[in-house]
Amino acid sequence: MRTIFFILQKEFLQIFRNRSMLPIIFVVPVVQLLVLSFAANYEIKNLTVDIIDQDGSTWSRQLRDKLLASDYFSLYRQTYDPKEAYNDLAMDRADLVLTIPPHFERDLVREDEASLQMMVNAINGSKAGLAAGYASSIIGSFNRQIRLDWLALDEDNGPARIAVDFRYWYNPDMNYKYFMVPGILGVLVTLIGGFLSGMNIVKEKEMGTIEQLNVTPIRKFHFITGKLLPFWIIALFELAFGLLVGKLVFGLPVVGNIGWVFLYAAVYLLAILGLGLLISTFTDTQQQSMFISWFFLIIFILMGGLFTPVESMPEWAQQITLFNPAAYFIKVIRMVMLKGSGWEDIRYYFGIMFVFAAVINGVAIWNYRKTV
Amino acid sequence: MRQFLVFVRKEFYHIFRDKRTLLILFGMPVVLIVLFGFAITNEIHKAQIAVLDNARDAFSSRLVSRLTASGYFEVNRYLSSRAEVEPAFREGDIKLVVVIPEKFGHNFHHAKKAPLQLITDSSDPNTATTLTNYANAIVMQYQEEMGGKMELPLTIQTAVRMEYNPSLKGVFLFVPGVMTLILMLVSAMMTSITITREKELGTMEILLVSPLRPLLIIAGKVVPYIGLSFIISLLILAMGAGVFAMPVKGSLVLLLLECILFGLTALSLGILISTITNSQQTAMMISMMGLLLPTILLSGFVFPLESMPVALQVISNIFPAKWFIIILKSIMLKGGGLQQVWLPTLILSGMTLFFLALSIRNFKSRLS
Amino acid sequence: MSKQYAIVTKALTKRFGHFTATDAITFEVEQGEIFGFLGANGAGKTTAMRMLCGLLTPTSGEATIAGYDIYKQTEQVKKRIGYMSQKFSLYEDLTVKENIRFYAGIYGLSNQQIKEKTAELLRKLQMEKEGGQLVSSLPLGWKQKLSFSIAVIHDPSIVFLDEPTGGVDPITRRQFWDLIYEAADRGVTIFVTTHYMDEAEYCNRISIMVDGKIKALDTPRKLKEQFNADSMNDVFLQLARAKS
Repeated sequence: MRTIFFILQKEFLQIFRNRSMLPIIFVVPVVQLLVLSFAANYEIKNLTVDIIDQDGSTWSRQLRDKLLASDYFSLYRQTYDPKEAYNDLAMDRADLVLTIPPHFERDLVREDEASLQMMVNAINGSKAGLAAGYASSIIGSFNRQIRLDWLALDEDNGPARIAVDFRYWYNPDMNYKYFMVPGILGVLVTLIGGFLSGMNIVKEKEMGTIEQLNVTPIRKFHFITGKLLPFWIIALFELAFGLLVGKLVFGLPVVGNIGWVFLYAAVYLLAILGLGLLISTFTDTQQQSMFISWFFLIIFILMGGLFTPVESMPEWAQQITLFNPAAYFIKVIRMVMLKGSGWEDIRYYFGIMFVFAAVINGVAIWNYRKTV
Repeated sequence: MRQFLVFVRKEFYHIFRDKRTLLILFGMPVVLIVLFGFAITNEIHKAQIAVLDNARDAFSSRLVSRLTASGYFEVNRYLSSRAEVEPAFREGDIKLVVVIPEKFGHNFHHAKKAPLQLITDSSDPNTATTLTNYANAIVMQYQEEMGGKMELPLTIQTAVRMEYNPSLKGVFLFVPGVMTLILMLVSAMMTSITITREKELGTMEILLVSPLRPLLIIAGKVVPYIGLSFIISLLILAMGAGVFAMPVKGSLVLLLLECILFGLTALSLGILISTITNSQQTAMMISMMGLLLPTILLSGFVFPLESMPVALQVISNIFPAKWFIIILKSIMLKGGGLQQVWLPTLILSGMTLFFLALSIRNFKSRLS
Repeated sequence: MSKQYAIVTKALTKRFGHFTATDAITFEVEQGEIFGFLGANGAGKTTAMRMLCGLLTPTSGEATIAGYDIYKQTEQVKKRIGYMSQKFSLYEDLTVKENIRFYAGIYGLSNQQIKEKTAELLRKLQMEKEGGQLVSSLPLGWKQKLSFSIAVIHDPSIVFLDEPTGGVDPITRRQFWDLIYEAADRGVTIFVTTHYMDEAEYCNRISIMVDGKIKALDTPRKLKEQFNADSMNDVFLQLARAKS
């Protein structure tokens, strides 16, 4: 035990003596949390639209006003010249071009039917889908409105309908930040645990100091513990620090018992630190170790449901996700914080994480023995 | 010049001896493109739902089978009381609960109005919105069919044309993004780390006393990475074209020149980082936090820039990635030429010169 | 019997693939002896030393260190040896005192002992003022002396030095050897590899390795007589040339 204490002391001295370490530990998480949660927003607002109104009738103006009255669209240019509008689309200045053809109002009244043309900049497919969806629903509601006005129809005279009542639980304001902040915390913990621990062990190899340690009676178990424990502590500290920032800046709700989050993080970190250790056993330079960690971590994060839900991945990708510890961590942290899930709900995930930690560390230690 | 070539050769040896890193260098773009192209989508497949059917009539059970037949939803379980809704959500897998009140069918046919409740787990607001949209569309279609069609007067038809990417492939956005990301990684992160590595191991001093001029040494260190990043750009373009049928509508030569330009920008950033720090760990953290994450987040590659606060939109202008992505999209998808991309090109060139000037200043002040 | 010998090896061999780095070397080192291990680069000195320190597992052969078997009793062996590699291996980003404290700590010295040892060591090296300085700021010669002092901080019975004086000036080398003699006087066995032939003269006995084999082993004086040479340099050259 005393040996571990000496290693820990040395590690902390080295970590804190590195002048760039303190900003990494304190400043970076705050910046990340702030920037990410503001940046990571799929909500589409302020779409710019060019309107080519070739009709110039009451209804065409009403439609335009209705479109612009919504939160989603703002007018970039109103024009008669389609070329001008297409150019705006090509230059990314307009996301959408709506063409109201001549005789729009007249056709509607005389022929009961008129058509509009909408061109969407679809390079970002999901954004284009949403933009078209919003615009269509505004046009739809405009359509119903003029129909009611024109025919003086009453809702009860219409066809039978199902009145859908939507309820948004756990986040009625649909605040995307509540969803992102816990996920970002998960990523921070993963980065600190995964990157730094692996690099730290490899650094001793690269500098040659590991040789000196290998002739001492230090036990491998002590060495590994002493090397990894500081990052376990720092990562948990980061989590607490990040939660505090999230609470103060975003008013992040914590519905469940925060203890579960930390307990789960503690187990999760064992798995991630084990991964760092494993990587360090088959790399010789920090550059290699960093690179390999980066490779794994980016897959973990992209496939961890941080930005896009795991549910929307294809079947094969979802199968892969089953072996992604980060996905479980991000899921559990969100469950506890946003929905108040307790032991009954998360114990299954605890079990999985223990298995991960045991397997990864087992392989890492076995591999570590072989190398020295 | 001969000495310089010898030096460049040494750097190539360093890179190509290290098979593991090389494997990852080439494996990473492939994996990323595949992930982004196939796995990272916002579509919904078989979202788990729970049903609380208080009506238990033919009308309600047909609605449920309609929902599942769409492929978007899968009934995970049937609930028997309102009290079971909350625990179902807390377990984590259920995303949507459909609550069908009593006399659902009776109300529809006789009262002409049947209430229905859709409760979503909005802890993920995006998924919640998507799910309610999908469910609502299915319910509306069901209602129309059950109520019998009516010829409606005054119908506005909307013809929608999706420009540049008619099938709304997400990969069209991701290919430029991944390319930017990988070039950043290879050129900026790798160079900053190799240079700091020489410093950390003390071999930099040996090189500095050699007859080569310091600037040539730095140049020699980065030349192989320019080559490497160029090959990787080609690989990504080939994959985009081969696997996802991503077009290059504009000039390929211009596109490749722009790739080299961005490679240089990233390299100059890498050099700048290496003049600030002496440790590989720090260089890595700075590259990761200062370059890679902003590249992912603030370049409009994963998240639309429009929906960010104005402050972030302004900040995003200082990251080279944003401009490179604009160039890529313009050339590849819209067939733009130099006429369309001269401004971002100029900005990137300016940035490169600025970063280089700054690093030379740092480097000189360190030597003297 | 093995008690009076610090190191005993019997046909110790290490092969890397088809290459035999050390070929069945057999020798004994007495307690308190300064034993020099000479050889050209690549002759197998470092490999032999690394096997004795437990950093490499031998392919075949036997060896005991302070009476302990290097295969089975590695823990016992490690407690009794000190090691200084040719690559400088203190932590550059720790201070002198912190390095001492760390190594003393992992060898299990008590806090009281650590305190005493630190003070004694700094006094002996005349580095009291530099105790709080980062090791990276010290000149190379000081680093080497510090390395050696730390390698013997736990009073090992044998200390292995792998080319300890590479790259330092003659005065520092002389001071370094004073430290070695002092340790030897305390009864510490010194096992040192070097390719400075003047240093070879300082040893009680030396062995000369060529191509993985021990070609000569005796006191410097007897070796010179045997090879009819004026200096160790001549002895060494004769042996090395015989090879080609």
